[in-house]
Amino acid sequence: MSAALDIRGLTKEYVAGKPVLRNLDLSIGAEGITAIIGPSGTGKSTLLRCINRLVEPTKGEIRLTGAEGSIDVAKLRGRALRLARRRIGMVFQEYNLVERLSVMENVLCGRLGYVPLWRAWLRKYPEQDIARAFQLLDAVGLPEHATRRADALSGGQRQRVGIARALMQRPDLLLADEPTSSLDPRTSVEVLEMLTNLAGAEGVPVIINIHNVALAKRYAKRIVGMSGGAIVFDGKPEDLEDSHLSQIYGGEDWL
Amino acid sequence: MSDSALPAPQAEASARRAFAPDWGMRILGILLIAYLFYAASQLDLGLGRFITGLGEGGRFLARMVPPNFERWELLLEGLLESIQIAVLATVVGIILSLPLGLLAARNLAPWWVSGPVRAFIAVCRSLHYVIVAIIFVKAIGFGAMAGVAALVVASIGFAAKLFAEAVEEISMKPVEAVRATGASAMAVLIYAVLPQVASRFVGFSLYQLDSNLRNSTLVGIVGAGGIGGTLFAAFKRFDYDFVSAILLAIIALILLAEVISGRIRAAMR
Repeated sequence: MSAALDIRGLTKEYVAGKPVLRNLDLSIGAEGITAIIGPSGTGKSTLLRCINRLVEPTKGEIRLTGAEGSIDVAKLRGRALRLARRRIGMVFQEYNLVERLSVMENVLCGRLGYVPLWRAWLRKYPEQDIARAFQLLDAVGLPEHATRRADALSGGQRQRVGIARALMQRPDLLLADEPTSSLDPRTSVEVLEMLTNLAGAEGVPVIINIHNVALAKRYAKRIVGMSGGAIVFDGKPEDLEDSHLSQIYGGEDWL
Repeated sequence: MSDSALPAPQAEASARRAFAPDWGMRILGILLIAYLFYAASQLDLGLGRFITGLGEGGRFLARMVPPNFERWELLLEGLLESIQIAVLATVVGIILSLPLGLLAARNLAPWWVSGPVRAFIAVCRSLHYVIVAIIFVKAIGFGAMAGVAALVVASIGFAAKLFAEAVEEISMKPVEAVRATGASAMAVLIYAVLPQVASRFVGFSLYQLDSNLRNSTLVGIVGAGGIGGTLFAAFKRFDYDFVSAILLAIIALILLAEVISGRIRAAMR
């Protein structure tokens, strides 16, 4: 099984001389969920945002391999960058839906990297896109909500739309940045369950930033622990012990 | 002694300040009041001058009633021209303001684009529209064309600025998400930016139409077309009863416009 994502020597400095990510190496397989855990401010979000270049990496290589071949995302610009971004789906902590658009329009945002502008403007999407959007809405449990406005949905429903939007891209890789941190415990489990199942069915590897260690152990097949901008643990969920958690988060009174 | 479990305070409450005194604001307030008295004395404003003025005003008002609608054809012609000037200027002004407003928004456009565009908008706003109308009358001649051009400039000055401010207040979260799907800059604009500002843009445009209707009644005074010319001529001929008829017609027009645009705004919500 080849790697879907191969990160080499990734460094990010928002302020020169103060790296948030320190020369980071990470390889993600072509399937399954990888959970990244670590304290707030340790660069988990920065890492995900470097992968689709919402944040500019300072240096390093980010090699994405998929159906359309292998590219170094870190070096792309303009149109080439947009073509790479459409291969990478992203799910956000605060859903980041366009509140004033309908659920269907939000899901179809996932095709904006593919369809010509006039089609997007006039809402004349290809039939197979509409059909897939309905399939995804059924799959995330929102079959009746296509024409509702996104701001009429609950948090859990919005995150389901967010997942449908990301999968609408038919991505080679799915990034999820704290997808459950704004949700209640039960909804968190439901959303993660759905994300796991759908990504598994589509064969898309997922990288997920998550604060809840118990959920990470339950859904991920691999856990990456970050601290101070570097990877300090990388292994199977069952191998993650209190000593590792103490190393990742510091202290041990909370354990 | 106290009912709380907090440690005892380090000093008596009366000796500590909960709010800092704002000496700067106090001094500024005193200076403003002093300037008001100074300015009023310089301009010879006083109760005596006001009372003499009231007598003149009474005679003037007496000549205005009853309003004289005999020359209603002239009145209607002027009003219709004003409305045409206002609608044309608003539509052209808004169409130009849309791209300018987006380019002037500092959260979307790079500084080397937003800076010059903001400066251009500021220039459009800095001169009063009557002065702009005078300039256009001199440049392109008497008539409605000059009025339309002047109000287009005024519309850009206000609408583009309001558009830019609305765009700067949008949430960047959906913008980030749509950008992450690989959408082009135009697609991001259409899907993530415009939906957030569309209803406010419509509100601003209606407001601009209201104020252009008002303004279009005035540009005629400097020869730029519309009811203002008729009004000015009536003033000069001391036809005060016709003046009052024109003023009543203008008030009716503006009120009607406000009612209609209020309805549209309410329906938009």
